[in-house]
Amino acid sequence: MNRELKRITILVFVMFLSLFVASTIVQYAQAEALANDPRNSRTLYESYSVERGPILVGGEPIAYSQPSDDDYKFQRVYANGPLYAPITGFLPINGEATGLERSLNSYLSGQSSTQFFDQLNRLISGQDPMGASVEVAIDPVAQQAAWDALGDYTGAVIVTEPSTGRIIAMVTKPTYDPNTLAVHNSGEVQETYQGLVDDPSDPLYNRATGGDMNPPGSVFKLVVTAAALESGKYTPESTFPNPASITLPGTDSVVRNTDGGTCGGGAQVTLADALRLSCNIPFAELGMALGDDAIREQAEKFGFDTEFDIPTATQPSTYPAVLDEPQTALTAFGQGDVRATPLQMAMVSAAIANGGIVMNPNLVDQITAPDFTPLQEFQKSEFGRAISKETADTMVRMMVNGVENGAASNARIDGVSVAGKTGTAENGESDPYTLWFTGFAPADAPQYAITVLVEDGGGQGQEGFGNGIAAPVAKQVLEAVLNK
Amino acid sequence: MTEPTASIASGSPSSSGSPSSSRGARRAARAAGEPTPPSGIRRIRLPQKLRNLELALLLFACVINAGAIVLVQLGALGAIDTQLILLGAGLSALVLALHISMRFVARDADPFLLPIATLLNGIGIAMIYRIDIAEGDTGWDSAAVRQIVWSAIAIVCAIATILVIRNHRVLFKYTYLSGLVAIVLLLLPLVPGLGDDHDGAQVWISIAGVMNFQPGEIAKIALAVFFAGYLVRNRDSLSMVGRTFLGMRFPRARDLGPLLVVWALSMAVIVFQRDLGTALLYFGLFLVMLYVATGRLSWIVLGLSMFLAGALIASQVLEYVGNRFANWLNPFDPARYEAEVGGSYQLVQGLFGLSNGGLIGTGWGQGRPDITPVPQSDYIIASLGEELGLAGIFAILALYLLFVSRGFRIGFAGQDDFGKLLGVGLSFVVALQVFIVVGGVMRVIPLTGLTTPFLAAGGSSLVANWIIVALLLRLSDTVRNHPRLVIDG
Repeated sequence: MNRELKRITILVFVMFLSLFVASTIVQYAQAEALANDPRNSRTLYESYSVERGPILVGGEPIAYSQPSDDDYKFQRVYANGPLYAPITGFLPINGEATGLERSLNSYLSGQSSTQFFDQLNRLISGQDPMGASVEVAIDPVAQQAAWDALGDYTGAVIVTEPSTGRIIAMVTKPTYDPNTLAVHNSGEVQETYQGLVDDPSDPLYNRATGGDMNPPGSVFKLVVTAAALESGKYTPESTFPNPASITLPGTDSVVRNTDGGTCGGGAQVTLADALRLSCNIPFAELGMALGDDAIREQAEKFGFDTEFDIPTATQPSTYPAVLDEPQTALTAFGQGDVRATPLQMAMVSAAIANGGIVMNPNLVDQITAPDFTPLQEFQKSEFGRAISKETADTMVRMMVNGVENGAASNARIDGVSVAGKTGTAENGESDPYTLWFTGFAPADAPQYAITVLVEDGGGQGQEGFGNGIAAPVAKQVLEAVLNK
Repeated sequence: MTEPTASIASGSPSSSGSPSSSRGARRAARAAGEPTPPSGIRRIRLPQKLRNLELALLLFACVINAGAIVLVQLGALGAIDTQLILLGAGLSALVLALHISMRFVARDADPFLLPIATLLNGIGIAMIYRIDIAEGDTGWDSAAVRQIVWSAIAIVCAIATILVIRNHRVLFKYTYLSGLVAIVLLLLPLVPGLGDDHDGAQVWISIAGVMNFQPGEIAKIALAVFFAGYLVRNRDSLSMVGRTFLGMRFPRARDLGPLLVVWALSMAVIVFQRDLGTALLYFGLFLVMLYVATGRLSWIVLGLSMFLAGALIASQVLEYVGNRFANWLNPFDPARYEAEVGGSYQLVQGLFGLSNGGLIGTGWGQGRPDITPVPQSDYIIASLGEELGLAGIFAILALYLLFVSRGFRIGFAGQDDFGKLLGVGLSFVVALQVFIVVGGVMRVIPLTGLTTPFLAAGGSSLVANWIIVALLLRLSDTVRNHPRLVIDG
């Protein structure tokens, strides 16, 4: 009997061992995944029961928790809410958070694995648990300047540091006040939220990193120029036939330059002049000569078709997968099915400014525990090399020329050499244009890359142009940040 | 199979020694037909080392329990409420009464069983109380108050058991009566007018609509007694004869009767009472006792395949069993999670709660166990895991494991086969019940509704498990009373 009993004892031990293992899996190994399940209401309650960490800009909180005497122990407050809404996002009591409130939730709520010992320490020493604070890369001066410069336009401004990828300004308009979505009344939150969703101006979109993506128009010519120079078959002095219109092969589509004429004078036009004057016909010809694969490859090296987490998720900019020749011609001046975010175009400019290397864009500088020990310091990281140093230098000269003597003249700043490219993209037969500017300054030692997007033609339908509307916005922001 | 029960009638030279004589000598004295020392004074002076150890552990357990209730009050109420602490103190007094009874009638009983049961019972009350606070239940609505009253009843039952049953072999005489009682208890919930459909399972009876009772909990004790008695009587025919096949000796067809009967009983529980967990509990209990009694692996192989086949068919035919399997495999599937009936909402919420607890838990009164349905009964282990963390779960599982191993000790050291089998059966039923319910919550096996012994809210479960404690104490006392010569040397 004892032999059998020994075996049953082993069986019982195995049974209990399986319980030990299973509980360890649930409570340790899978704990973070379970906590992040959107159906887990405990995570929500938890996030309110601890003092959620603040989100800081230049040491000043743009989102913080203050004690409240209702069921939720703390009320989230967004200082200067509309200005920083695309950065902070909002934290509703019912529904999913957005922005950094969402992407850094585990740190802000004190639940990340790196905070385990910190929280244990606070538990033992009798302090209330508290989340980590997040210092973002945003520069308050740049952010305010971008906000002011964009005025009442529908659109976005994004400013980055070319050598690090840090995002120092990110403004989108129209926007919303996250405080209205942080109230502790689920009915009111639902109503406000539905109102924002139904609003035809889409204030919940972050147009800097997503939304209803726009065609990049002429700013995409930078990518095509890069592809041409990188192919080794073209230099800025390469020439293209210069008619006033061409019909795309096999179609009835006629491509014209913006002013309806030829690109400057002469029967031939150089690549440098085509970019400086932003002519469509030479680029359509160049695009067909390069082929869609070469353009796509170059675009992807700049970051197209990649989803970047900054750490908030962004929408990837896209270059279409398969194209015939006329479609390729259209994409070569940023029409057709190419779609880009201001973030992506800022990365293109920043890469050119940075000697050809694309830095991963990043919104956060540092995450700090309540006891001021750094939990995570963000290091700059390379996405990859998009173009050679030589190509980059060549393109800097071409873009400076575009501002000084070309189609981007309204971005000129006295005493500072600005490199830039404008874009005016068509959205349909009679729809308003999408207006762009992308560039950087100072061109000889780039500190800031900027991209401005203005939707709905800046209120001027098909009368407004990138140089007329987007370039002055960029100029105003660059002046502000350079004069800091 | 019967172990040689050596008597130490040859006498022991040290039996006339001083009061501080060795335990072995004392035992020898008793075994030699001198159950009490010659004079009354010496009897009192004789140190009851085991009972003193038990007293120390018991006081420790009571302190932890009181501490748990105070922490719940501080954590969830932010103030001390003396009423419940007084009720808890009353329970401690009852447990001490059980301890004192044992000083007279079960002096050599195992010293760990009672403190463990007390500790688990107390932690359970603290958690039930904590959930009452969250749900705003007070007075007689408070499950904790009811749980304390039931605990008192259960401990009184345990005292009665240990006072009335002075020798476990009495139970051997009532083998078949126990079997009959078990069947009747199992059938009670199906009696029209008496049964109470509760959470879909037909396992409750309601007396005058006031007292709800799960007779199946008591039935498991009757079944253990019946199995032990029956198997000791019929062991030879069940183990000796049969044909060898694939290296195992399989029983003759006509000896399959008992296995078939218990299997049919389990299947009936699945089909008519809609209670997968109870069926698994009874059948597992029978199989293990059958194996220990006969030493034949073929019984386990046969029995397990029969049960698995039955469960597999049930999962196809019976919707509630199928749901349980589907929830087990894909709990996070939105279709299962959002299902109105038989969905995985509870399972998933339990996992969320456990993960919320993490390694060290949120602390008493700091978590949200009340989000999970039935957090104080079927899901009390998830509630405890949320507030006490993985550390707390490990401690609770370790307590159960220690409890079961003390029970198995009876099986290893006992003299008579009936006592050994009964001890193993009663301990294993606790182990298996913990495995079924905790394993269900932790997704080791499909979730089935069973109470967690001692912890979960529920009167019948408490009464049954405290009677198991009393029986194991009684059995362990006889083991120590009749030591083998080889042990004492």
